Amino acid sequence: MVQYLDAGLDASFAALSDATRRGVLEQLGRAEASISDLAEKFNMTLTGMKKHVGVLERAGLVRTEKVGRVRTCKIGPRRLEEEMAWLDRYRQLWEARFDELDKVVEELKRKGQVDGRKKRE
Amino acid sequence: MKNRTTVERKSERETVVTRTFNAPARIVFEAWTKPELFKKWWLPKSMGMTLIACEMDVRTGGTYRLVFGQGMEFFGRYTEVTPHSRLVWINEEGGDNGSVTTVTFEEEGGKTLLVVSELYNSKEALDAAGTGAADALVETFQQLDELLVTLGAS
Repeated sequence: MVQYLDAGLDASFAALSDATRRGVLEQLGRAEASISDLAEKFNMTLTGMKKHVGVLERAGLVRTEKVGRVRTCKIGPRRLEEEMAWLDRYRQLWEARFDELDKVVEELKRKGQVDGRKKRE
Repeated sequence: MKNRTTVERKSERETVVTRTFNAPARIVFEAWTKPELFKKWWLPKSMGMTLIACEMDVRTGGTYRLVFGQGMEFFGRYTEVTPHSRLVWINEEGGDNGSVTTVTFEEEGGKTLLVVSELYNSKEALDAAGTGAADALVETFQQLDELLVTLGAS
């Protein structure tokens, strides 16, 4: 889990270390936009904007979809708080299960010591 | 002392849970494959749900069916059963959104490292699995915490 979070956070922080990219995220938070819309708004070439969007996309902060000849950008699937909360709930479920499983296993171990001889016959 | 449960989200579609049990793989495997044992732990008491039926035909190609008192039903098929080391099943209740669960049992020095991996068809399916049953769990866990304090359980 730590590795996963670290890798994810590294990508997120790298993506967010650039003012233009932060601006793009802010912009997309308000409304989706095409790459050329964004390039125009941020006074950049199309190629330059594509690179920024690519970095954001790899970090999961933005997702893009090509419809016809236009690539539309939206806020991505990655929402750190949501992910952490999800993992937390998931862990709680399994911890609870495994605590019960511990009891079952202990019981089997005790029984095994008693029944072991019978089974081997 | 309780062993630590680690949870990792391997990808958008896959989660992996690991936990060590202080028993040989044979015993842990038994607890996963005998319905009368499985139902003792799969639904933690804290979930406030009861299993009214637990049918498990644990062999490759065999089916399972878990019916909850609350009208929910889980069913699917075992696609791989290797005694004491590996268990794979497909959850079929979700139709196309069904996930594949792989459980491996690795014994070392009388202890067993258990790895449970759940692979979903899509990120959406995984997210949905997390927000459905598990959401209700959080509330019941909180109730359980309170109850345990009251009972002075160790």
